[in-house]
Amino acid sequence: MSAIAFPPVDAAIVARRPAILAGLAELVEPAGLISSEAEMRAYETDGLTAYRRMPLAVVLPATTEEVSRVMAFCHANGVKVVPRGAGTSLAGGAIAHEDAIILGVSRMSRVIEIDYPNRCMRVEAGITNLAITGAVSPDGFFYAPDPSSQLACTIAGNIGMNSGGAHCLKYGVTTNNLLGVKMVVIDGTVVEIGGGALDSPGLDLLGLIVGSEGQIGIVTEATVRILRSPEAVQPVLFGFDTSEEAGSCVAAIIESGIIPVAIEFMDKPAIEICEAYAKAGYPLDVGALLIVEVEGLASDIEAQLAKIVAIARLHNVRVVRESQSAMEAALIWKGRKSAFGATGRIADYICMDGTVPTSQLSYVLKRTGEIVASYGLRVANVFHAGDGNMHPLIMYNINDPEEQRKAEEAGNDILRLCVEVGGCLTGEHGVGIEKRDLMHHQFSDLDLAHQMRIRSVFDRSWLLNPAKVFPLESRHLETA
Amino acid sequence: MAHVFTPKSETEAADIVRGLTAPVSIRGSGTRSGLGRTVDAEDALSTRGLDGISFYEPAEMMMSVRAGTPVSVVEQTLAAKGQMLPFEPADHRGVYGTEGEPTFGAVAACNISGPRRIQAGAARDSIVGLRFVNGRGEIIKSGGRVMKNVTGLDLVKLTCGSYGSLAVLTEITFKVLPRPERASTLVLEGLDDMDAVAVLTRAMGSAFEVSGAAYLPAHDGEPARTLLRLEGMASSVRDRMTALQTVLSSTASIRILDDDATAALWRDVRDGAFVAMPADNALWRVSVKPTQGPALIAALADIPLDRYFFDWSGGLVWLSVAPTGDAGAAPIRAAVSELGGHATLIRAPDHIRRSVDVFQPLPGALMKITSGIKQSSDPRRLLNPGVMYPGI
Repeated sequence: MSAIAFPPVDAAIVARRPAILAGLAELVEPAGLISSEAEMRAYETDGLTAYRRMPLAVVLPATTEEVSRVMAFCHANGVKVVPRGAGTSLAGGAIAHEDAIILGVSRMSRVIEIDYPNRCMRVEAGITNLAITGAVSPDGFFYAPDPSSQLACTIAGNIGMNSGGAHCLKYGVTTNNLLGVKMVVIDGTVVEIGGGALDSPGLDLLGLIVGSEGQIGIVTEATVRILRSPEAVQPVLFGFDTSEEAGSCVAAIIESGIIPVAIEFMDKPAIEICEAYAKAGYPLDVGALLIVEVEGLASDIEAQLAKIVAIARLHNVRVVRESQSAMEAALIWKGRKSAFGATGRIADYICMDGTVPTSQLSYVLKRTGEIVASYGLRVANVFHAGDGNMHPLIMYNINDPEEQRKAEEAGNDILRLCVEVGGCLTGEHGVGIEKRDLMHHQFSDLDLAHQMRIRSVFDRSWLLNPAKVFPLESRHLETA
Repeated sequence: MAHVFTPKSETEAADIVRGLTAPVSIRGSGTRSGLGRTVDAEDALSTRGLDGISFYEPAEMMMSVRAGTPVSVVEQTLAAKGQMLPFEPADHRGVYGTEGEPTFGAVAACNISGPRRIQAGAARDSIVGLRFVNGRGEIIKSGGRVMKNVTGLDLVKLTCGSYGSLAVLTEITFKVLPRPERASTLVLEGLDDMDAVAVLTRAMGSAFEVSGAAYLPAHDGEPARTLLRLEGMASSVRDRMTALQTVLSSTASIRILDDDATAALWRDVRDGAFVAMPADNALWRVSVKPTQGPALIAALADIPLDRYFFDWSGGLVWLSVAPTGDAGAAPIRAAVSELGGHATLIRAPDHIRRSVDVFQPLPGALMKITSGIKQSSDPRRLLNPGVMYPGI
């Protein structure tokens, strides 16, 4: 039933499972090796739950040295390795395979060093995104990228997928906030790149590692940049009759020279779903809603908001709600932040992640609605409008194979549209298995071959997360 | 006789690379040709013929330019729409004593980034899309024209800062920023290295969005100056300037510079103007943790150091060293190994450039990866061979 193909299972590896397990058992402490089917069940999928594969084994090392030993062992024995942080990937980036071990970093989650004068901190890669900020927030600092899954997702996974979040309009994504890594490559060699300085010598390998979806190495430690929290933050909520008006308001705000920390967009279905769940007090008689957040000194905020509200009025805003208290601000965000959960309560959904130029937002929204309707399905749009990163939630019934197929096809149509208007397949979720077979729409064979050759420098035999990112039928291009 | 290939189109550039029988040096206008190791190539390939802005959408804060487009054209076009480059690329003509129009391709290829890097990132952080010709003569694209993009390997980052050793850039797409209404500089006079960096790092650790943090030691009767730049809406800069002084609570004597003085001063910080002369001195740029800037200077007491200054809150140290012996290479590299960071020799007489490592030597495992990436991108070693490391 599943539409996305996996490579054939290497029967020879599966046949050697007992010996492989015995070998792994010698490399990590007992708590670090999971091999019973019952316990491995938790690792057979990630956030793309329509696809499940039982791994050969799950290895959860406690140190970089253990990761190194496991990688060297897998390299020597031709065993594939699927890296895993918290398994929140919406693109299937951490989905297992029967002939591959899962190598998870979740047991390595310590804060190693906090260095305020140099605005950086070093952490083990299994720490959650939110725990990084949690470690420094008592002292008034934060780590900027804030993906919706930040309570669960790890910095290792964030690095793998170059995660973003609602506030990257101002602060950038993971690649703009990472200063260094300790990484284990497939033969077990440990490399250190970057650190507390703003740049590192030689080629920008750090930039290459971010977003490489676990195909270059296993990151075990990260040095991230931390920033002082703003003195004050204030969101304002705007309701518009139409998505087009909201879309042109976004473009006008950006063109005016103000850079809010976030501009979030919700269409009518999303407003209704979120309001029913979160009771955030969203207006239900509008066609689209924007949440615009500004920050700075209190006096700054007032001036910025005045400008933004004036722009919104020029674009026929019908509802303006400025938060008067922290509680009202939290309420404005509550609906938006619960969007995925609220949608999940009424239907199964797949969440697309294409990015489009902001000038194309209105057009792409309209076409998205038409595309999904043509498959007889429903869609809710809730996304980061300031940077054009769209998240249509296509609702379907996961137990109906025909609906799943339709939902995936509608999603693919939308992503092709994103590329056509000058955007890309994925803004922050990654390619994984989900968008792997669409890569042709964005890249030529030459582009893909060039990427695959670079990838192979790190992992010549393609043992690291091999079923992901690059179309299976394109693998031959590398040597063409 | 040396030949300079000057393709007028991307296709022509690809044809030229495919037809090469010997290595070429890659250049724009050559205003920074002293940057990097000397390249062993008779012939050159100039991107100067790939000229012009191909896309500019102010409302999207995005621009695409062909590699040979002058930086000045980019900056003027942006200024006309009230926008600017976030990363403030240096103009190296003063440092190298060169003439001509610096090109945007060189900025991208060498990841040239100025004082605002501490707030807005480096060139590589703003550049979101590239088109280039690899050493096989293939036209490759990576990234696009949107900020958030994790589709495929990020060859944009890898290629920015590869000094033309992996590819001939043909087109660069980058994010721009609104030009601030006001830019002011707080100058604190008379601090020593340690106190200055303490002030700089405290300011950077504040919420006041400092966009420049530099230190100029006392020179020629002028007192030492610790510089903090604030940019933004006029009312915001005014309020933050007041709040910043309260937080710093420094007893140093204080001046505040207006927009024009701020622009002129930070242009000099950006371009390394304070260490450009004497022209035959060796120049080093050293990246360390900001708090290690003073420790680096202290560790170099025995080298013929003429002048120095700090940018990036102390994290970027410019050194002007008399061109004797190895121009301080051994002690500088030793100090950097001790403190963490890396040193780049950005200007030196040819015999020194040939005899010392221009870039920080890499550990074996990273050198092997670097070599593999060169091999996969440019298997015939045609593009700027040896510009970063021997044999790469």
